[in-house]
Amino acid sequence: MRKAAAVLLLAVLATGLALALAAIPFGRDKIVVANHYIRNGVRETGATNLVTSVVLDYRALDTLGEVTILFVAAVGVGVIFFAERPPQRGPRQAASAIVVTGSRVLFPLILLFGVYVFLHGHLTPGGGFQGGAVIASGVLLLYLARREQTLHREALGVAESLGGLLFVGIGLLGLAISGTFLSNFLAKGQPNLLLSAGVIPIIYTAVGVKVGAELARIIGDLVERE
Amino acid sequence: MDLLGQSVYYVGAVALLLIGFYMVLVKANLIKIMLGISFLDTGIHVLLIAIGYVRGRTAPILSEAMRRSADTGPVEVVDPVPQALVLTAIVIGIGVLALGLSIAVRVYEHYGTLDAREIRGLRC
Repeated sequence: MRKAAAVLLLAVLATGLALALAAIPFGRDKIVVANHYIRNGVRETGATNLVTSVVLDYRALDTLGEVTILFVAAVGVGVIFFAERPPQRGPRQAASAIVVTGSRVLFPLILLFGVYVFLHGHLTPGGGFQGGAVIASGVLLLYLARREQTLHREALGVAESLGGLLFVGIGLLGLAISGTFLSNFLAKGQPNLLLSAGVIPIIYTAVGVKVGAELARIIGDLVERE
Repeated sequence: MDLLGQSVYYVGAVALLLIGFYMVLVKANLIKIMLGISFLDTGIHVLLIAIGYVRGRTAPILSEAMRRSADTGPVEVVDPVPQALVLTAIVIGIGVLALGLSIAVRVYEHYGTLDAREIRGLRC
Protein backbone atom coordinates (compact mmCIF):
# COMPACT_ATOMS: atom_id res chain seq x y z
CA MET A 1 0.00 0.00 0.00
CA ARG A 2 2.71 2.38 1.13
CA LYS A 3 4.98 1.31 -1.71
CA ALA A 4 2.21 1.57 -4.30
CA ALA A 5 1.41 5.11 -3.17
CA ALA A 6 5.09 6.03 -3.31
CA VAL A 7 5.51 4.58 -6.81
CA LEU A 8 2.39 6.44 -7.98
CA LEU A 9 3.75 9.71 -6.57
CA LEU A 10 7.12 9.09 -8.20
CA ALA A 11 5.44 8.38 -11.55
CA VAL A 12 3.67 11.73 -11.34
CA LEU A 13 6.95 13.42 -10.42
CA ALA A 14 8.80 11.68 -13.27
CA THR A 15 6.15 12.73 -15.79
CA GLY A 16 6.31 16.32 -14.60
CA LEU A 17 10.11 16.39 -14.74
CA ALA A 18 10.12 14.77 -18.20
CA LEU A 19 7.66 17.34 -19.53
CA ALA A 20 9.69 20.18 -18.00
CA LEU A 21 13.03 18.85 -19.28
CA ALA A 22 11.60 18.27 -22.77
CA ALA A 23 11.40 22.06 -23.04
CA ILE A 24 15.10 22.41 -22.04
CA PRO A 25 17.10 20.74 -24.83
CA PHE A 26 20.36 19.19 -23.62
CA GLY A 27 23.63 20.77 -24.79
CA ARG A 28 22.01 23.69 -26.61
CA ASP A 29 23.23 27.23 -25.92
CA LYS A 30 20.60 28.70 -23.60
CA ILE A 31 22.79 31.02 -21.54
CA VAL A 32 21.01 34.29 -20.81
CA VAL A 33 21.96 35.73 -17.43
CA ALA A 34 25.50 34.38 -17.45
CA ASN A 35 26.40 36.05 -20.74
CA HIS A 36 27.14 39.20 -18.77
CA TYR A 37 29.36 37.24 -16.38
CA ILE A 38 31.18 35.51 -19.24
CA ARG A 39 31.82 38.71 -21.23
CA ASN A 40 32.61 41.10 -18.36
CA GLY A 41 33.43 38.80 -15.44
CA VAL A 42 37.20 39.04 -15.74
CA ARG A 43 37.15 42.82 -16.20
CA GLU A 44 34.70 43.44 -13.36
CA THR A 45 36.07 41.01 -10.75
CA GLY A 46 39.61 40.15 -11.89
CA ALA A 47 39.01 36.42 -11.36
CA THR A 48 39.65 34.16 -14.38
CA ASN A 49 37.67 31.35 -12.75
CA LEU A 50 34.15 32.50 -13.62
CA VAL A 51 32.52 30.22 -11.05
CA THR A 52 34.56 31.98 -8.37
CA SER A 53 33.56 35.39 -9.72
CA VAL A 54 29.89 34.37 -9.39
CA VAL A 55 30.32 32.75 -5.96
CA LEU A 56 32.45 35.46 -4.32
CA ASP A 57 31.61 38.64 -6.21
CA TYR A 58 28.22 38.74 -7.92
CA ARG A 59 26.53 36.44 -5.40
CA ALA A 60 28.87 36.76 -2.39
CA LEU A 61 25.98 37.24 0.04
CA ASP A 62 24.73 33.72 -0.82
CA THR A 63 28.16 32.38 0.07
CA LEU A 64 28.00 34.11 3.45
CA GLY A 65 24.68 32.33 4.03
CA GLU A 66 26.22 29.04 2.93
CA VAL A 67 29.10 29.46 5.37
CA THR A 68 26.56 30.22 8.10
CA ILE A 69 24.62 27.03 7.33
CA LEU A 70 27.79 24.95 7.58
CA PHE A 71 28.63 26.68 10.87
CA VAL A 72 25.17 25.92 12.29
CA ALA A 73 25.49 22.29 11.19
CA ALA A 74 28.90 21.96 12.88
CA VAL A 75 27.58 23.52 16.10
CA GLY A 76 24.51 21.28 15.89
CA VAL A 77 26.61 18.11 15.64
CA GLY A 78 28.61 19.22 18.68
CA VAL A 79 25.48 20.03 20.69
CA ILE A 80 23.73 16.78 19.78
CA PHE A 81 26.68 14.67 20.92
CA PHE A 82 28.08 16.57 23.87
CA ALA A 83 25.15 18.47 25.37
CA GLU A 84 24.92 16.07 28.31
CA ARG A 85 28.51 14.99 28.82
CA PRO A 86 31.89 16.33 27.65
CA PRO A 87 33.89 14.36 25.05
CA GLN A 88 35.99 11.52 26.42
CA ARG A 89 37.89 8.76 24.74
CA GLY A 90 38.40 5.23 25.92
CA PRO A 91 41.48 3.12 25.18
CA ARG A 92 41.79 2.07 21.56
CA GLN A 93 43.89 -0.27 19.54
CA ALA A 94 47.03 1.50 18.30
CA ALA A 95 47.41 2.14 14.56
CA SER A 96 49.98 0.19 12.55
CA ALA A 97 53.46 1.62 11.93
CA ILE A 98 52.65 2.15 8.24
CA VAL A 99 49.67 4.38 9.03
CA VAL A 100 51.58 6.34 11.69
CA THR A 101 54.63 6.93 9.47
CA GLY A 102 52.51 7.59 6.41
CA SER A 103 50.44 10.19 8.22
CA ARG A 104 53.61 11.92 9.40
CA VAL A 105 54.83 12.22 5.79
CA LEU A 106 51.46 12.96 4.19
CA PHE A 107 49.82 15.36 6.65
CA PRO A 108 52.05 18.39 5.83
CA LEU A 109 51.63 17.71 2.11
CA ILE A 110 47.83 17.47 2.42
CA LEU A 111 47.82 20.71 4.41
CA LEU A 112 49.98 22.39 1.76
CA PHE A 113 47.74 21.15 -1.04
CA GLY A 114 44.64 22.41 0.76
CA VAL A 115 46.22 25.86 1.16
CA TYR A 116 47.23 25.81 -2.53
CA VAL A 117 43.67 24.96 -3.57
CA PHE A 118 42.08 27.82 -1.65
CA LEU A 119 44.77 30.41 -2.49
CA HIS A 120 44.35 29.74 -6.23
CA GLY A 121 40.55 29.69 -6.13
CA HIS A 122 40.27 32.71 -8.44
CA LEU A 123 42.64 31.25 -11.07
CA THR A 124 42.12 27.48 -11.24
CA PRO A 125 39.39 24.99 -10.27
CA GLY A 126 39.10 25.02 -6.51
CA GLY A 127 38.41 27.49 -3.74
CA GLY A 128 37.78 27.85 -0.05
CA PHE A 129 35.29 25.02 0.35
CA GLN A 130 37.34 22.51 -1.61
CA GLY A 131 40.60 23.53 0.11
CA GLY A 132 38.91 23.32 3.51
CA ALA A 133 37.64 19.82 2.71
CA VAL A 134 41.18 18.75 1.71
CA ILE A 135 42.56 20.07 5.00
CA ALA A 136 39.83 18.27 6.96
CA SER A 137 40.73 15.01 5.19
CA GLY A 138 44.28 15.49 6.52
CA VAL A 139 42.85 15.82 10.02
CA LEU A 140 40.92 12.58 9.49
CA LEU A 141 44.22 10.88 8.60
CA LEU A 142 45.72 12.18 11.86
CA TYR A 143 42.78 10.71 13.78
CA LEU A 144 43.35 7.33 12.12
CA ALA A 145 47.05 7.37 12.96
CA ARG A 146 47.04 8.69 16.55
CA ARG A 147 44.00 7.17 18.12
CA GLU A 148 44.82 8.20 21.68
CA GLN A 149 45.12 11.90 20.98
CA THR A 150 42.32 14.40 20.67
CA LEU A 151 42.00 17.62 18.74
CA HIS A 152 42.81 20.98 20.19
CA ARG A 153 39.23 22.26 20.19
CA GLU A 154 40.06 25.77 21.38
CA ALA A 155 42.52 26.30 18.51
CA LEU A 156 39.93 25.05 15.99
CA GLY A 157 37.33 27.36 17.50
CA VAL A 158 39.70 30.33 17.23
CA ALA A 159 40.54 29.52 13.58
CA GLU A 160 36.85 29.15 12.77
CA SER A 161 35.89 32.44 14.46
CA LEU A 162 38.76 34.34 12.81
CA GLY A 163 37.71 33.04 9.39
CA GLY A 164 34.09 34.07 9.92
CA LEU A 165 35.05 37.47 11.34
CA LEU A 166 37.39 38.15 8.40
CA PHE A 167 34.60 37.35 5.91
CA VAL A 168 32.05 39.60 7.63
CA GLY A 169 34.71 42.27 8.28
CA ILE A 170 35.61 42.47 4.59
CA GLY A 171 31.90 42.72 3.80
CA LEU A 172 31.45 45.62 6.24
CA LEU A 173 34.64 47.29 4.94
CA GLY A 174 33.14 47.12 1.44
CA LEU A 175 29.97 48.72 2.81
CA ALA A 176 32.02 51.53 4.37
CA ILE A 177 34.27 52.16 1.35
CA SER A 178 32.07 51.70 -1.71
CA GLY A 179 28.55 51.58 -0.30
CA THR A 180 27.56 47.94 -0.91
CA PHE A 181 28.03 44.99 1.43
CA LEU A 182 30.80 42.60 0.23
CA SER A 183 31.78 44.82 -2.70
CA ASN A 184 35.19 44.22 -4.25
CA PHE A 185 36.89 47.42 -3.10
CA LEU A 186 40.56 46.48 -3.66
CA ALA A 187 42.41 46.95 -6.97
CA LYS A 188 41.63 44.15 -9.44
CA GLY A 189 45.26 43.86 -10.60
CA GLN A 190 46.33 41.94 -13.66
CA PRO A 191 44.26 38.77 -14.25
CA ASN A 192 46.01 35.37 -14.01
CA LEU A 193 48.33 36.54 -11.24
CA LEU A 194 48.11 35.24 -7.67
CA LEU A 195 47.68 38.74 -6.25
CA SER A 196 44.72 39.79 -8.36
CA ALA A 197 40.92 39.90 -8.15
CA GLY A 198 40.86 42.29 -5.18
CA VAL A 199 39.23 40.81 -2.07
CA ILE A 200 38.45 37.40 -3.61
CA PRO A 201 41.67 35.59 -2.50
CA ILE A 202 41.33 37.10 0.99
CA ILE A 203 37.72 35.93 1.35
CA TYR A 204 38.63 32.48 -0.01
CA THR A 205 41.47 32.22 2.52
CA ALA A 206 39.03 33.07 5.30
CA VAL A 207 36.51 30.54 3.94
CA GLY A 208 39.22 27.88 3.57
CA VAL A 209 40.40 28.23 7.17
CA LYS A 210 36.82 28.34 8.46
CA VAL A 211 35.58 25.34 6.47
CA GLY A 212 38.73 23.34 7.29
CA ALA A 213 38.27 23.99 11.02
CA GLU A 214 34.53 23.27 10.90
CA LEU A 215 34.82 19.99 9.01
CA ALA A 216 37.72 18.97 11.26
CA ARG A 217 35.51 19.62 14.27
CA ILE A 218 32.64 17.57 12.79
CA ILE A 219 35.11 14.71 12.19
CA GLY A 220 36.44 15.13 15.73
CA ASP A 221 32.93 15.09 17.22
CA LEU A 222 32.07 11.90 15.35
CA VAL A 223 35.34 10.17 16.27
CA GLU A 224 35.57 11.21 19.92
CA ARG A 225 32.00 10.22 20.73
CA GLU A 226 32.31 7.06 22.77
CA MET B 1 17.01 5.46 -28.78
CA ASP B 2 18.32 8.64 -30.28
CA LEU B 3 16.35 10.65 -27.76
CA LEU B 4 17.88 8.63 -24.91
CA GLY B 5 21.38 9.20 -26.29
CA GLN B 6 20.72 12.92 -26.56
CA SER B 7 19.55 13.33 -23.00
CA VAL B 8 21.35 10.54 -21.14
CA TYR B 9 22.49 12.96 -18.42
CA TYR B 10 18.92 14.09 -17.81
CA VAL B 11 17.78 10.46 -17.57
CA GLY B 12 20.57 9.59 -15.13
CA ALA B 13 19.97 12.64 -12.98
CA VAL B 14 16.20 12.10 -12.81
CA ALA B 15 16.77 8.40 -12.04
CA LEU B 16 19.03 9.31 -9.09
CA LEU B 17 16.47 11.85 -7.91
CA LEU B 18 13.61 9.34 -8.07
CA ILE B 19 15.64 6.61 -6.31
CA GLY B 20 16.42 9.06 -3.50
CA PHE B 21 12.81 10.18 -3.22
CA TYR B 22 11.62 6.56 -3.12
CA MET B 23 14.06 5.79 -0.29
CA VAL B 24 12.85 8.79 1.71
CA LEU B 25 9.20 7.80 1.20
CA VAL B 26 9.33 4.03 1.73
CA LYS B 27 12.29 3.14 3.93
CA ALA B 28 11.89 3.07 7.71
CA ASN B 29 15.56 2.90 8.68
CA LEU B 30 16.83 6.40 9.55
CA ILE B 31 20.26 5.78 7.98
CA LYS B 32 18.59 4.71 4.74
CA ILE B 33 16.43 7.83 4.78
CA MET B 34 19.59 9.96 5.11
CA LEU B 35 21.14 7.99 2.23
CA GLY B 36 18.01 8.73 0.20
CA ILE B 37 18.37 12.46 0.91
CA SER B 38 21.99 12.19 -0.25
CA PHE B 39 20.86 10.48 -3.49
CA LEU B 40 18.27 13.21 -4.01
CA ASP B 41 20.99 15.83 -3.53
CA THR B 42 23.31 14.17 -6.02
CA GLY B 43 20.55 13.83 -8.61
CA ILE B 44 19.78 17.53 -8.36
CA HIS B 45 23.49 18.40 -8.69
CA VAL B 46 23.84 16.31 -11.86
CA LEU B 47 20.60 17.76 -13.26
CA LEU B 48 21.72 21.37 -12.70
CA ILE B 49 25.14 20.78 -14.25
CA ALA B 50 23.54 18.97 -17.22
CA ILE B 51 21.15 21.88 -17.81
CA GLY B 52 24.08 24.33 -17.80
CA TYR B 53 26.11 22.28 -20.28
CA VAL B 54 26.54 23.55 -23.83
CA ARG B 55 27.80 21.01 -26.37
CA GLY B 56 31.37 21.60 -27.52
CA ARG B 57 32.24 24.21 -24.92
CA THR B 58 34.75 24.01 -22.09
CA ALA B 59 34.89 24.79 -18.35
CA PRO B 60 34.20 28.42 -17.36
CA ILE B 61 37.81 29.20 -16.48
CA LEU B 62 39.24 31.70 -18.93
CA SER B 63 42.76 31.53 -20.30
CA GLU B 64 44.64 34.46 -21.81
CA ALA B 65 43.76 33.53 -25.42
CA MET B 66 40.08 33.03 -24.59
CA ARG B 67 39.90 36.44 -22.94
CA ARG B 68 41.33 38.14 -26.01
CA SER B 69 38.72 36.49 -28.23
CA ALA B 70 36.03 37.55 -25.74
CA ASP B 71 36.35 41.15 -26.90
CA THR B 72 35.50 40.22 -30.48
CA GLY B 73 33.12 37.25 -30.40
CA PRO B 74 31.34 34.80 -28.10
CA VAL B 75 33.38 32.95 -25.49
CA GLU B 76 33.29 29.17 -25.75
CA VAL B 77 32.47 28.27 -22.14
CA VAL B 78 29.49 26.61 -20.46
CA ASP B 79 27.12 28.40 -18.09
CA PRO B 80 28.93 29.20 -14.79
CA VAL B 81 25.77 29.98 -12.78
CA PRO B 82 24.51 26.38 -12.27
CA GLN B 83 28.05 25.38 -11.31
CA ALA B 84 28.15 28.08 -8.64
CA LEU B 85 24.72 26.94 -7.40
CA VAL B 86 25.91 23.32 -7.18
CA LEU B 87 29.03 24.42 -5.29
CA THR B 88 26.72 25.94 -2.68
CA ALA B 89 24.39 22.93 -2.74
CA ILE B 90 27.21 20.42 -2.13
CA VAL B 91 28.32 22.24 1.03
CA ILE B 92 24.76 22.48 2.33
CA GLY B 93 24.25 18.78 1.53
CA ILE B 94 27.30 17.93 3.67
CA GLY B 95 25.89 19.98 6.55
CA VAL B 96 22.46 18.32 6.31
CA LEU B 97 24.01 14.85 6.13
CA ALA B 98 26.30 15.42 9.13
CA LEU B 99 23.48 16.81 11.27
CA GLY B 100 20.99 14.11 10.21
CA LEU B 101 23.39 11.24 10.83
CA SER B 102 24.34 12.55 14.26
CA ILE B 103 20.63 12.80 15.16
CA ALA B 104 20.24 9.20 13.95
CA VAL B 105 23.11 8.12 16.24
CA ARG B 106 21.47 9.80 19.24
CA VAL B 107 18.09 8.27 18.37
CA TYR B 108 19.70 4.84 18.33
CA GLU B 109 21.32 5.46 21.72
CA HIS B 110 18.01 6.57 23.21
CA TYR B 111 15.54 4.08 21.68
CA GLY B 112 17.81 1.18 20.75
CA THR B 113 16.39 1.08 17.23
CA LEU B 114 16.70 2.98 13.96
CA ASP B 115 13.26 1.98 12.67
CA ALA B 116 11.11 5.10 12.32
CA ARG B 117 7.86 3.14 12.76
CA GLU B 118 9.02 1.49 16.00
CA ILE B 119 10.18 4.85 17.35
CA ARG B 120 6.76 6.26 16.61
CA GLY B 121 5.28 3.42 18.69
CA LEU B 122 7.66 3.88 21.65
CA ARG B 123 7.36 7.62 22.30
CA CYS B 124 9.03 7.73 25.68
